[in-house]
Amino acid sequence: MDKVMSNRLVAALYVLPALLLLLVLVYIPIVLTGYYGLMQWDGIGAMTFIGLDNYTRLIQDSTFWQSANHTFLLALFSALSLIGYLMIALVLSGKIKGANLFRKIYLIPMLLSSVAIAQLWLKIYHPSNGVLNSFLEAIGFSNPPAWLAEPSLVLYALFVPILWQYAGFYILIYYAALKNIPESLIEAARIDGANPWQIAFRIKLPLITEVIKVTVVLAVVGSLKYFDLIYVMTDGGPNGASEVMASYMYRQAFRSFDFGYGSAVGFFLLLICLVVTWLLRKATASKDTIQYS
Amino acid sequence: MKKKTLAMLLSWTLILAVILTGCNNAGSGGGSDSGSNAGGGDSGTDGKVTLKFMHLWPAGSSAQQNKLVNDIIQQYQTDNPNVTIKQEVLENEQYKNKLKILSASNELPDVGVTWAAGFLEPYVKGSLFAPLDELLNGSLGEKFIAGTTEAYAVDGKTYALPIELNISPIYYNKAIFDKYNLQPPATYDEFLNVVKTLNDHGEVPIALGNKDRWTGSLWYMYLANRVGGDALEKAINGSGKFDDPALTQAAAEVQKLVDMNAFNKGFNGLSNDEGKSEFMNEKAAMYLMGTWELPNFTTNPDIPQEFKDKVGFFKFPTIDGGKGDINSWVGGPGVGLFAAQNSKVKDEAQKFIQYFVEKWGESSVTEAGVIPATKVDTAAVQLPQLYIDLLNELNQASSLTLFADVQMKPAAAQAHLDMIQALFGKAVTPEDFVKNHQAAIDKGN
Repeated sequence: MDKVMSNRLVAALYVLPALLLLLVLVYIPIVLTGYYGLMQWDGIGAMTFIGLDNYTRLIQDSTFWQSANHTFLLALFSALSLIGYLMIALVLSGKIKGANLFRKIYLIPMLLSSVAIAQLWLKIYHPSNGVLNSFLEAIGFSNPPAWLAEPSLVLYALFVPILWQYAGFYILIYYAALKNIPESLIEAARIDGANPWQIAFRIKLPLITEVIKVTVVLAVVGSLKYFDLIYVMTDGGPNGASEVMASYMYRQAFRSFDFGYGSAVGFFLLLICLVVTWLLRKATASKDTIQYS
Repeated sequence: MKKKTLAMLLSWTLILAVILTGCNNAGSGGGSDSGSNAGGGDSGTDGKVTLKFMHLWPAGSSAQQNKLVNDIIQQYQTDNPNVTIKQEVLENEQYKNKLKILSASNELPDVGVTWAAGFLEPYVKGSLFAPLDELLNGSLGEKFIAGTTEAYAVDGKTYALPIELNISPIYYNKAIFDKYNLQPPATYDEFLNVVKTLNDHGEVPIALGNKDRWTGSLWYMYLANRVGGDALEKAINGSGKFDDPALTQAAAEVQKLVDMNAFNKGFNGLSNDEGKSEFMNEKAAMYLMGTWELPNFTTNPDIPQEFKDKVGFFKFPTIDGGKGDINSWVGGPGVGLFAAQNSKVKDEAQKFIQYFVEKWGESSVTEAGVIPATKVDTAAVQLPQLYIDLLNELNQASSLTLFADVQMKPAAAQAHLDMIQALFGKAVTPEDFVKNHQAAIDKGN
């Protein structure tokens, strides 16, 4: 097989179908989006070239910056929540009773589609007969807030299901990485008298730093382009209080029929994602990778 | 070397297989397609015609309407054996999105559903819809209730034919009203009193799901009409301005209602369906909505008769010193049918539209319980009282104000809807509310 792969033509042949798909479905649309961003276009009629007007408008658009702000908050929360996921994975990877059951419980949200999750949490947050408010009333809060209608609360109310949705994914990744650490290393440490904390923080965590870096990038970039749950649950409302960049892009293109501006927002979002990814890779780059021998 | 040839051979076979099956599918699909198009080009021959029809009545959420559409299509196919109608059904919001995307790639279905006025305009300007004046000049023209087709006209040509006509009453729960000795209010003061009484007894006065925004718009439109007559319409179409004090006052009235706790809790985070369920579950006493909800209060077999019997309606009350009269309604033609301009079977599409409008007019009343845009002969059929009463109101209507978000062009409509949510959420003052509206209208497009 090595011989086959050493033939450049064959290698290219294998790569070609995937490359073509990627080109047609990802790279060409990206270029087109950038191009449409230079146009005044309602998506139906003729396009007019307006240069960078959409982008200058974007820079001055306070609603856009408000939604960008919300997006960054979400990214921050996602990154912070990774610590929690890591802790859970550490506990689960140890030999505790029922670890298997817990692993499945954490993974279940991953099996549901975003829309199903949204419907579920809409029921939980329902202002008068939702599970949450019924519970709060039962334990003595006379007037619990309407979570999704309160501009100051709605964003955080949305973060809960979003973080819950992805918990299983990250826990699974950490769990797999932790399980990959050879038992002999931990055995050796234990014989040397290391306590569980020392094993976790001095041995296990350093050994999975590469995985952690990847999850940070995944979580941050994933939140930058987050859309679906917010779209279904609040549609960016009330009054823009839960608008994020992706939902703002959608609103401009498909609701206000301003495809040019929507494309500009989309292209800007792409640039932000690229820059953030680059920065994260830069910040977490380390020369000496730890390897278990 | 032998291995290498084998691998090469294998990969080539695989690629070829993929290409061939791909071609095969495309070939057969393309073949039948072009065949049907060629046949449709001159519908006189007995060539097969396939009509694509996209609509927004899924069996789940619009059961009565869905059944009706299927009946009509089946009948049409029996009468015209050479025609096959392919349906595509989407929910309201998805429908709008898909229409938009199909337009951008110029692949609209042969026949589809559209809204009137501002919604329709970009499609007409992009020459995507075919004018249907020929149908109107024929026998179909006199079947429409006067004034319904105008909302679909741009520059003197009509681009879609309406199939619904709606007004929006305030439905109320008679049982809850009786419990507190309340009468359906005729004046706004009485209305406020009803709200206050219900509130004092711990009842939710009004069901509202304002996440969808247009629901709150209905309340604002009525208040604007009762205070200022046609001030809102004038401000929208440019013959007036939003600085009319009536429009600011109407906005202030909305916030007064919010302050009185007139609406169910958390309305800005609830969809219309969720808001509606407050009324349907008898947790709220009143609900302002279009007559497209009538099936739920009359014919829908899934709703218990016991509840249906409790539902009554009243007209939006008049305000002392206001200019609007009680018989002017928020409403107007609902959705209509269009034929795509670049459809290859345009004649066939128009024939189908004519057939659909006629059949819908005849059966929508009895089978779906919705009010069609064509004239209804109420004497001939047995109808629920609520339906007859509303139909009579419609016939006496002094004016119909088309829903504001349909009247306006898409960008302005979006600004309006956002402002409505802000107004109900008290995130904007009545003064800024009208100012922002004027700015959105001034921007044009």
